[in-house]
Amino acid sequence: MELGVYFTNYIYVIVFMLLGVALPVGALTFGRLLRPNNPYDRKLSTYESGIEPEGDAQVRFHVAYYIVALEFVIFDVETVFLYPWAMALGELGWVGLNGGLIFIAILGLGLAYSWKKKVLEWN
Amino acid sequence: MMDLIWIILYAVILLGALLGAVTYAILFERKVIGYMQVRPGPNRHGPWGLLQTIADVMKLLMKEDIIPTAADKKVFILAPVIAFVPSFAIFATIAWSENIYGADLNIGVLYFIGISSITTLGVLMGGWSSNNKYSLLGAIRGVAQVISYEIPLVLSIIGVVILVGSLNFRDIVFYQQEIGMWLIIPQFLAFIVYMISAIAELNRSPFDLPEAESELVSGYHTEFSGFRFAFFMLAEYVYAIAISALATTLFLGGWLGPAFLPGIVWFLLKMCLFMFFWFWLRATLPRARVDHLMGFGWKVLIPLALLNIVITAIIKVWMG
Repeated sequence: MELGVYFTNYIYVIVFMLLGVALPVGALTFGRLLRPNNPYDRKLSTYESGIEPEGDAQVRFHVAYYIVALEFVIFDVETVFLYPWAMALGELGWVGLNGGLIFIAILGLGLAYSWKKKVLEWN
Repeated sequence: MMDLIWIILYAVILLGALLGAVTYAILFERKVIGYMQVRPGPNRHGPWGLLQTIADVMKLLMKEDIIPTAADKKVFILAPVIAFVPSFAIFATIAWSENIYGADLNIGVLYFIGISSITTLGVLMGGWSSNNKYSLLGAIRGVAQVISYEIPLVLSIIGVVILVGSLNFRDIVFYQQEIGMWLIIPQFLAFIVYMISAIAELNRSPFDLPEAESELVSGYHTEFSGFRFAFFMLAEYVYAIAISALATTLFLGGWLGPAFLPGIVWFLLKMCLFMFFWFWLRATLPRARVDHLMGFGWKVLIPLALLNIVITAIIKVWMG
């Protein structure tokens, strides 16, 4: 692909992102002209189904979420490695296939291990 | 310079079309669910309720903008924007027909997946900054669910990439034209995995746990009012349209179809099919339980997606 055409394609991306920012910013600024503004303490308090809010909500997470996040990072990196492999598999042939299968097998083992260790249980 | 004007024009037209599409997708959803439950659905505003969503948007625009005192103000304001921008930016790369497309990126699919996962960040920021227990619970549930189902979603696409040997959206459709068959047939397993994980990615029923109104008021956007709330909803629907466009391109042959209709019409019809399928599920199935949901993603969908990759890779190399 020609270099000029290559860059033009990314200008699309930049324009789309800028427009994506412009819409919410524009709509919220414009909306200021239309909407009422009458804040008072009761209205600005945290909504907890009508009960007085108790304590702070920015608390520690349950450890299970942390473990899922770790698992996610591992498998997400795996998919990043698999994409170029999948792209080039037609040219890599049997050697590439073997390498890929060994890689997937090791990850399968990792998944089986975390399954056995009850990381994937949610109780 | 001429180029830039065309690009901006394309982006603005697409944004307008998307806003219209979301407006009527919401009406379509409410009508479909209405008729499935033997009631007429919205029918007061305009003929057949056609102006219902427009009235809703106007109402949201006129609502007071409330930012709770306890909230983390900067993050609270930023969150809906962060949720919306990526869901719109992924449309830059979608090819609507043979001649109508935006950015013809050679890493199209990778771009789509990479950018779309930023939406999760908006959800987490919204939930955390609200300083509300319901919001926080909804947000961390949502994030755990979305990142768990992102892996099978991304892995299922790899099967298609192996067969096509390209990440470009147009190449994927041209390949399907060449072999004379939609990829849903050779990649049926991947299609099933994709469809199930897409529902979880979109937080749609029966996997709408982050917004389980019977447990969490309305999840991560409990504290958001007026147009900030509207942008979360807009991001959700725009993302749903994007996921159905991706599914159309990958599995249903994009714009391919009998020649009596132009390609883009086929593309849009196939997208409507996916949207209808999701509405249908919402009217049919009860909400899943959180432990079932997470277990299903890790223990069923990921092994199935890996199996699909292995089978596809062996067949690809075997056939040469």
